[in-house]
Amino acid sequence: MGDFFSAIGDVVTNEVTYSGAMRFAALLAFAAIGETIAEKAGTLNISLEGMVLGGAFAGALGMHLTESVTVGLVFASVIGIIVASVQANMSHRLTANQFVVGLALNTLVLGIASFLNTSIQPVTRAAHRFEIPGVSELPLIGDALFNQPWPLYLVYPMIPAAWWLLYRTRWGLEVRAVGENPQSADVSGIDVNKRRRESIYIAGLTSGLGGGYLVLGQIGRFEDAVVGGQGFIAIAAVIFGGWTMRGVIGGCLLFGTVNSFRLTLPTVGHELNSELLSAAPFVVTIVTVTFFAHRTREPRALAQPFVRGLT
Amino acid sequence: MSEQQAPLAAEGPETAPTATEGSRSAPSRLREAGVAAAMYLGCIIVALFASALIVWATGGSWQAVFSALLDGSLRAPGRWGETIGIAIPLVVVALGTAINGRAGVVNIGQEGQVMMGTAFATYVGVNLGGPGPIVVVCLLIVGALAGAMWAGIASWLLYWRRVPEVLTTLLLITVASQATGYALKVDWLLLAPFRADRSVRNQVSEQLATDTRLPRIDIWGNDFPISAIAVVLMAVIVFLLFKRSVWGFRMRMLGRNARTATRAGVSTVKYGTNAMLISGACAGLAGALMLSGGDFGNYRFTPGFANNIGWEGLLVALVARSHPVGIVVVGFSFAGLRAGSGFLAATGVEREISQVVLALLVLALLVPPAILFIRERRRALAATRART
Repeated sequence: MGDFFSAIGDVVTNEVTYSGAMRFAALLAFAAIGETIAEKAGTLNISLEGMVLGGAFAGALGMHLTESVTVGLVFASVIGIIVASVQANMSHRLTANQFVVGLALNTLVLGIASFLNTSIQPVTRAAHRFEIPGVSELPLIGDALFNQPWPLYLVYPMIPAAWWLLYRTRWGLEVRAVGENPQSADVSGIDVNKRRRESIYIAGLTSGLGGGYLVLGQIGRFEDAVVGGQGFIAIAAVIFGGWTMRGVIGGCLLFGTVNSFRLTLPTVGHELNSELLSAAPFVVTIVTVTFFAHRTREPRALAQPFVRGLT
Repeated sequence: MSEQQAPLAAEGPETAPTATEGSRSAPSRLREAGVAAAMYLGCIIVALFASALIVWATGGSWQAVFSALLDGSLRAPGRWGETIGIAIPLVVVALGTAINGRAGVVNIGQEGQVMMGTAFATYVGVNLGGPGPIVVVCLLIVGALAGAMWAGIASWLLYWRRVPEVLTTLLLITVASQATGYALKVDWLLLAPFRADRSVRNQVSEQLATDTRLPRIDIWGNDFPISAIAVVLMAVIVFLLFKRSVWGFRMRMLGRNARTATRAGVSTVKYGTNAMLISGACAGLAGALMLSGGDFGNYRFTPGFANNIGWEGLLVALVARSHPVGIVVVGFSFAGLRAGSGFLAATGVEREISQVVLALLVLALLVPPAILFIRERRRALAATRART
C-alpha cells in the first residue's frame, strides 16, 4: 500500500503527468463540448466515436494531400459534419432509432477509414509546439496549459463559446427547450427536429476537430485504433458532468488525468499490470458516474424521438 | 433514464394506431406490402451500389468483390456450412437483444458479455474433469451465467443509482476485454502451459479436449455444429414467448409505455432486470457456443476471440426489429457477409470492405420502415383533421 502511495506521489509531482493529462483531456473536451449541446437538445449521440475517428482520418488525409495542418483540421471538421449529417437526418428527419444509426455509423466510419488507410497510407507529421511566453513558466501546470501543439489551443475559446451559444442565445434556449419538452417547444413554434439536427452538426464539427487534433497534434499519424473508445469516454464525461459546461470540462480533466497516470506510472519507475491500467479509466468512469450521476438530472427528452402528434 | 428510454428496437409502422386501419380494403393493403418490398429492395440496391462505388474509387473491381463474397458465403464447396457456423452466435446474441429491446432496456455491451462468457466457459471446459457431455453442458451454463453477470452489473447500477445502462454496458466492453486479456496472461487462470507449439508471448488458452466439443453435422461436405438446431428451436421459443405468453406481453408493455406498465402492476425493476440478465446470458451462451462449436479460434480462447460477434449480433437484432424470424434471416445474411470476406484476399481488395457493406446495409434497412412510419403518421393526422 505504501508503495502505491509513493507511486501516486511520484506521478503527482511530475510535470509530464500534467502535460499528458491536458492532451488527453483536450481530445475529450473537443468531443464532449459538442456532445453536451447535442444531448441538451435530446440526442444521446453514440456516433461521437465515429465522428472523432472520421475527423482523425480526414485530418491525416488533408495533411497527406497538402502538408498543412490547417487544411487537415478543416478536412477533419468537414468530415465530422458529414458523419453528423447522416446521424442527424436519419434520426431526426426519418426518426430512425438514434442508437441503431449511431452504432451503424461507428462501424461504417471504422470500415471506411481502415479500408482507405490501407490503400492510401497517408504520410503525416505532428503539428509543432507553440509556447506562449510568460505563462508557460508557471510551475507544474505551465507547460501543460501553455506549451502544447498549437491545435490544442483551439479548445480554449471553444469552451466559453459553447457556453455562450447554449445559455446566452435564442438558439441555445430553443435547443434546451427541445431537449426538455419537445411537445411544448413544438407548440410554441420551434422546429424541434431542426434544432436537434443543428445541435448534432455542432457535435460533428467539434468532435471532427477533436479527431484532427488527435492525429495532427497528439499522435502524429493515423491508425485504426487511434481513437480506441475515447469518444465513448467523452459521452461518459458529459453524463458525469451533469450536462453543465463546468461539470463536463471537469469530467474531461478527471478522465484525462486517469489516462495520463497510465502512461506516466511506468516512466517514473513503477511496474503495474498494463491490462488493469488500461481498464482503469473505464472502471473509474463507471464508479464516478455511479456516485455522482444521481445528483443531476438529464434533459427530460434525452434519447426520445420526436414525432408530432405522438405522445 | 430507463423509464424514458425510447425502446431500442421499437417497431415503427405497427406502433402508430391509425384511424384508417379498419376501413382499409384488402387490395390497398396488398399494394402497401408491394410498396414496402420495393422500398426495401431499392434501399439494399443503393447500399450495394455505394459499396461498389467505394471499391471502384480505390481501383478495385467490384464485380470481383461481390463474386468473391458470394463464393465465400455460399457457392464454394463447404462454405454454407461455415456460414451457418458463424450465424449461430450471431442469432443467439440477437435473440437476447430482442428480449431487452422489447422490454425497453438498452444493452449495447454484448461484445463484452460474449468475451466474459467465453472466458468462463474456457476455464470450466479446460479444468473440469469428467465425462465429455457433462462438461459441455456445464461450460455452456457457466458461459451463460458469466454473460448474465456482466450484464447484471449494468442493470444493478441502473436500478440502484440510475446510471444510464447505455453507458455502463458500453464501457464494460473494454473492461471485459482487458480482464480476459489479463486472465490469458497468467497460468492459474487461462494461459495454456508452455509447450513447444506455443511461443512464450502468445496469449492463448488450452485447447478443449476432443470429447468436450460439440458434435458436428456433415451435409454434402458442409459441416456445422449441432447447436444450429438448438438455435432454431430457441428462435421458436422466443417467438412463442413474445406472441403467446403473459411474460412476453408484460415485457412488451414495459417497453412500449413504462408508466402504463407500472400502473398495471408490472414491476419495472423486476422485468427490466430479467430482460437484461437474459440478454446477457444469451450473449455469454453465444460465446460458449463459439468456443465449443469450433468455427472460431479452433477451440482455443485468445484475446481477439469475440471478433465483433457481439456488435454484429446487436445489429442483427436491430435490423430485424426484434422479430425472431427476421433475426434468423438477417443473422444468416450477415454471417454470409463475414464468411464471404474470407475470400476477398484473392481479389486484392482489403477485407474491411465487408464491414463497410454491412454498415451501409444496416443504414439502408433503417430507411424504409422510417418512411412507412412517417407516411402512416401523415395519413393518420390527415384523417383526424378531416373528421374535426
